[in-house]
Amino acid sequence: MSANQFKSPVVRWIDHRLPVFSMLHHTAHDYPTPKNLNYMWNFGSLAGLSLAIMIVTGIVLAMSYTAHVDYAFDSVERIMRDVNHGWMIRYIHMNTASFFFIVIYLHMFRGLYYGSYKAPRELLWMLGVVIFLLMMATAFMGYVLPWGQMSFWGATVITNLFSAIPYVGESIVTLLWGGFSVDNATLNRFFSLHYLMPFVIAGVVVLHIVALHRFGSNNPIGIDTKGPQDTISFHPYYTIKDVFGIAVFLLLLAMVVFFFPNAMGHPDNYIPANAMQTPAHIVPEWYFLPFYAILRAVPDKLGGVLLMFGAIAVLFILPWLDRSPVRSARFRPLFRIFFWLFFVNAIALGYLGGKPAEGIYVILSRVATAWYFLHFLAILPILSMFEITKPLPKSISEPVLKGNSKRAGPLGAGLEPAE
Amino acid sequence: MAESDTNKNPAKEDVQEPGRRDFIVVATYAMAGLGAAAVAWPLIDQLNPAADTLALANIEVDISKIAVGQSITVKWRGKPVFIRHRTADEIVRANATDLDDLRDPQIDTARAEKPEYLVLVGVCTHLGCVPLGQKTGEVRGDYDGWFCPCHGSHYDTSGRIRKGPAPTNLEVPPYNFLSDSVVRIG
Repeated sequence: MSANQFKSPVVRWIDHRLPVFSMLHHTAHDYPTPKNLNYMWNFGSLAGLSLAIMIVTGIVLAMSYTAHVDYAFDSVERIMRDVNHGWMIRYIHMNTASFFFIVIYLHMFRGLYYGSYKAPRELLWMLGVVIFLLMMATAFMGYVLPWGQMSFWGATVITNLFSAIPYVGESIVTLLWGGFSVDNATLNRFFSLHYLMPFVIAGVVVLHIVALHRFGSNNPIGIDTKGPQDTISFHPYYTIKDVFGIAVFLLLLAMVVFFFPNAMGHPDNYIPANAMQTPAHIVPEWYFLPFYAILRAVPDKLGGVLLMFGAIAVLFILPWLDRSPVRSARFRPLFRIFFWLFFVNAIALGYLGGKPAEGIYVILSRVATAWYFLHFLAILPILSMFEITKPLPKSISEPVLKGNSKRAGPLGAGLEPAE
Repeated sequence: MAESDTNKNPAKEDVQEPGRRDFIVVATYAMAGLGAAAVAWPLIDQLNPAADTLALANIEVDISKIAVGQSITVKWRGKPVFIRHRTADEIVRANATDLDDLRDPQIDTARAEKPEYLVLVGVCTHLGCVPLGQKTGEVRGDYDGWFCPCHGSHYDTSGRIRKGPAPTNLEVPPYNFLSDSVVRIG
């Protein structure tokens, strides 16, 4: 739609000079989208919504939070008890963080299954991994702010990861702390960065969307769209689909916020931080557990840290590890089996990360860690050389219109003369 | 839908009757609007005073140590409150003032529960400065009450505005005497 097609003369006047309305219209209205997207394509908009909820509730919480070791815990309790609706706003912030990670993990598994990281979408995928890293840093620093026992000891353990670096490790940790232990200086810089990072994420999200719109969304069949017959406009078809997903997401979020607000947290974080006493069993937030399991699987300090960061670094080079020209797992029978093995293995790592580091759990963690890296570094490259893939349809429309007439459903019916 | 409606009203053939689809669209936007308002309210209401702030909304002050002609300033809700033990002369002058001379007419007995103790919020009703006149030696204005140095408002011995830009008298906070020596403000 060109600028002078907007109804309102005010919008037309502004758009002629500042074409933001044309840009929005182009991005969220006309944007040609493959017509066969399934519900796994809802998690991008849900991630955007989660980020928005986090920023809005976070700005509000910062109005009543005090970043000081003597006041932080009490100021959070004051938010819970005295500030109008403070309990709700904080529970929304806490639980949306968890939901954000659920959404992001599903978004990533979607990409892994349908080969969304493959050419020409490598940068799109890598920007997504950057967002994931920034999210983890933001979530970690946010968890420190209430200054409970888990905050304090989580901060101590995670910052100590850097002490594994040879020669300069200790100096780097001292630099991160601004002292000789996690203390007031640490809390203040974490608050400052926790406030900054979401806006950095929002910036990378813009790049992520720009990269997405360069070649358009991938789709469940994983072949390129061949023209207008393969696409539908984003609005109203996918806006309404996204809105439906958002409604389901908000229902689940509301259920957790109002009925199980602390289910995904740890009770020890309601004990004020005590630098003299470590809790008996310290675990990170659930979304870090798979990586925590990898860290503990290695009986060497530097090795554990390297492998943990390597688990994310390997995602950056994924587009060059899986060289199969076929994107979607639908046409890769072997890949599909290994994908689900990887999925189960990732869940297992999460489970093991939450268990004490002793006995059988350590052995299982090592097996699962080895499998995690084998999947990326051996299985995917080998599969892309030897796997015999199923024939790809000629176009997105083809399997719907003739290839699979039983499943054609309403789209097939659409070919008949309308009554 | 729309066709059957227009058939019933042949005179209005060119007018599009609202159909089922219009109703759905309007209902959807209305629900979305309600939802947005319901979400916005807690985010706005959290700006209002919190429960602990409201709990600090009253204070008790011992007034037995204030000599005649002396004033003290106490803090209530983050603002100064003037408590003045007025002299007999000040009370007489406050009562003798003709109401027609006042910008914000109010009799002195309506402003002081006990005539000897005047309790006022010490914030100029013009733009919020604290008027002078509490300490000995400070300027007290043309009417021997208080004088606001910011923009030159003069208040009399009852804290009523007499001259200058302030629109109303100094506010009298809610208070009551718990005993002869203790007043509770708020």
